Amino acid sequence: MTITHASQTTQFGSEHAADAALSIHDVTVAYHRRPVLWDLDLDIPRGVLASIIGPNGAGKSTMIKACLDLIPRISGNVRILGEPYRQIRGKVGYVPQRETVDWEFPVSALDVTCMGLYRKIGWFRSIRRPHREKAREALDRVGLADFAHRQISQLSGGQQQRVFLARALVQEADIYFMDEPFASVDVATEQAILELLRTMRQEGRTVVVVHHDLQTAQNYFDWVVLLNTRLVASGPMKETFTSENLRRTYGGRLTLLEEAGRALSQAQAGLPHEE
Amino acid sequence: MSRSASLPPRYAHRTLWTLLAIFLSPLAAYADPVFFESKLQKILFLQDYNTRIVVIGTSILGAACGLSGTFLLLRKRALMGDVLSHTMLPGVVLAFLLGTTFGYEKTLPLLLLGAAIAAGLGSLSVLMLRRISVLGDETAMAIVLSFFFGIGTVLLSIAQESATGHQAGLESFIYGKTASLTRGDVQWILLGSLFSLGLVLLLFKEFRMLCFDEEFTGCQGRPVVGLDAALFAVVIVTTLVGLQAVGLILIIALLVIPPAAARFWTDQLHHTTAVAATIGALGCWSGVTISALAPRLPAGALIVLSTAFLFLISLLFGSRRGLIGRLIRWSDTRASVGKDHLLRAFYELSESHLKWIRLEDLAGLRSWTPRQLQRLLKRARKRGEVIRGNANTWKLTDRGHLLAAHRTRNHRLWELYLIRYAHLATSHVDRAADRIEHVLGPELVHHLEQELDQRPPYAPESPHPILNPEESR
Repeated sequence: MTITHASQTTQFGSEHAADAALSIHDVTVAYHRRPVLWDLDLDIPRGVLASIIGPNGAGKSTMIKACLDLIPRISGNVRILGEPYRQIRGKVGYVPQRETVDWEFPVSALDVTCMGLYRKIGWFRSIRRPHREKAREALDRVGLADFAHRQISQLSGGQQQRVFLARALVQEADIYFMDEPFASVDVATEQAILELLRTMRQEGRTVVVVHHDLQTAQNYFDWVVLLNTRLVASGPMKETFTSENLRRTYGGRLTLLEEAGRALSQAQAGLPHEE
Repeated sequence: MSRSASLPPRYAHRTLWTLLAIFLSPLAAYADPVFFESKLQKILFLQDYNTRIVVIGTSILGAACGLSGTFLLLRKRALMGDVLSHTMLPGVVLAFLLGTTFGYEKTLPLLLLGAAIAAGLGSLSVLMLRRISVLGDETAMAIVLSFFFGIGTVLLSIAQESATGHQAGLESFIYGKTASLTRGDVQWILLGSLFSLGLVLLLFKEFRMLCFDEEFTGCQGRPVVGLDAALFAVVIVTTLVGLQAVGLILIIALLVIPPAAARFWTDQLHHTTAVAATIGALGCWSGVTISALAPRLPAGALIVLSTAFLFLISLLFGSRRGLIGRLIRWSDTRASVGKDHLLRAFYELSESHLKWIRLEDLAGLRSWTPRQLQRLLKRARKRGEVIRGNANTWKLTDRGHLLAAHRTRNHRLWELYLIRYAHLATSHVDRAADRIEHVLGPELVHHLEQELDQRPPYAPESPHPILNPEESR
């Protein structure tokens, strides 16, 4: 299986397949009998901010999890930075959805951030001062320097999200997968996170983000993967994020979204801006 | 409040070493030469050989259970402790039957081995059931628990019919034989506890990550299944050695109650483990002590009851999340907010010159009920902040005036800060801070003051129009 796919890659894969940050080939994922992802085939080049966009249940999170071997694939293979994930775990960062953990857990923001270093620290060794310094720096970068010792349930939702980002930052990975980092955070946090993502891109890292907000997608990202169980389109934002493609992604539902979006932007325009 | 939560993590090791000391400290009792006459003293100071053995054994066990139970609880698998202990019964009985068939005497290691194998099979069945079916955790655990326990009960009755009197001891695995623990039993307990402690020390940070975020653990290249197995091994071993002490029905109490109680005292994992171990040890010690004073009562049950009592104490008085502490903090906040509101109401009605204020004007300023307002005024008068004139008029004293000006100034600065720096404000606002400069820094405060058309030392004007009491009515 793997061999055939590999040869397909060389035959049909575009030229960036070799130096792609993420290349997914023929990936199918199913929960029980229902396929969630279908024959997914795509490449994401290095150094871009890429967004995965699609309706609820389109398999956005599933795609990330399938890339990280968190759920089994029925078929297909994934290359991250040209290698199977298993071999380059250390270069891959992951920011899960905030709801996946129990925030009452007895750890501080610093403890959670340090978890990003456990791999480097190694088995059976304890966390030492340099590790904590590094974690503190990461917390500083996400604007949580003053909250290092807070128990995580005493942080707001946006701050919790940023703790997760700090934990990913200390990994100093080359490619990051983030599952809805913008979900239910306020505007200020959203800007702070975006700022961070742009810095990461400047540093040459690739960031793949599951995103749900069509309004902001265009401004935030430079690459887009439109997904609805199967791949609708994948490419640079400008050429790919077309109304035609969006209609194919969302089906009839998009008109609803568009109307809602228009109403929203009108409402915002009508409000006096406090600056 | 966050002070105590911010102890540096190097305490992890210190607390864990302390823990080790707790494990070993009862051994010191061996060296106690002083003689006391009364029974209480004899028991409290562990002079009676039997009591000494039991106290030492169960205290070590309690600490080990608290330690391993913490992770079980945080992994959200508290009931798994119950499953493990119940699945051990068929293993114990089967090992006994095999042993007698092949002519071995009933030996503890053999029985423990049987129990360990059965517990391993039991936990494996739970994992398998969950994996291959749509059953949830709880259902899978309930099925496995009752199935294994059923087998165990059947085997037990067979053993009682066929064997020759040796089987009497088997019952002790169900109900425990706390009061008649032997030195050999205690050695097993010590060994098992040291094993658990060692494994926890080695894998402390991995266990923490696993319990907190399973997915992330997998992404870090750490084997989730392997770590889970290690965690189960810790719990299985402590349960195994504790089986004889409190019995398989009650051991779940020692696994679950101490860590649950510990959550009321601390927000740090290493402290949670230490506190849980201490509570476990204390519960066992007090349970055994009570049972030594009243030998007719079952010691195993007394241990559980006194541990539960410690839980109740923690629930009420726990320093982090205890009910009473929370109530006190809540009423403190309420009182200080009420005081602030009253002073500010006075100040806003009189601004910088003192004058008599009618009660109705005060009442119109906020949504106080007449009773609330009366109470606030009464308290403020006691503190010497206001004085009462005739015909229901009130006035700030000089002291009260100064205080009111200060509070109002702080309030208005905070308000302005929230308006100006909305993007980072909410997390920094600390209205309770007496001096706003301590939180925001003097420069920023100076800046804010200037913006407010500064008139220190008295309060600057409010950034929003103050409700006129005349109009509001």
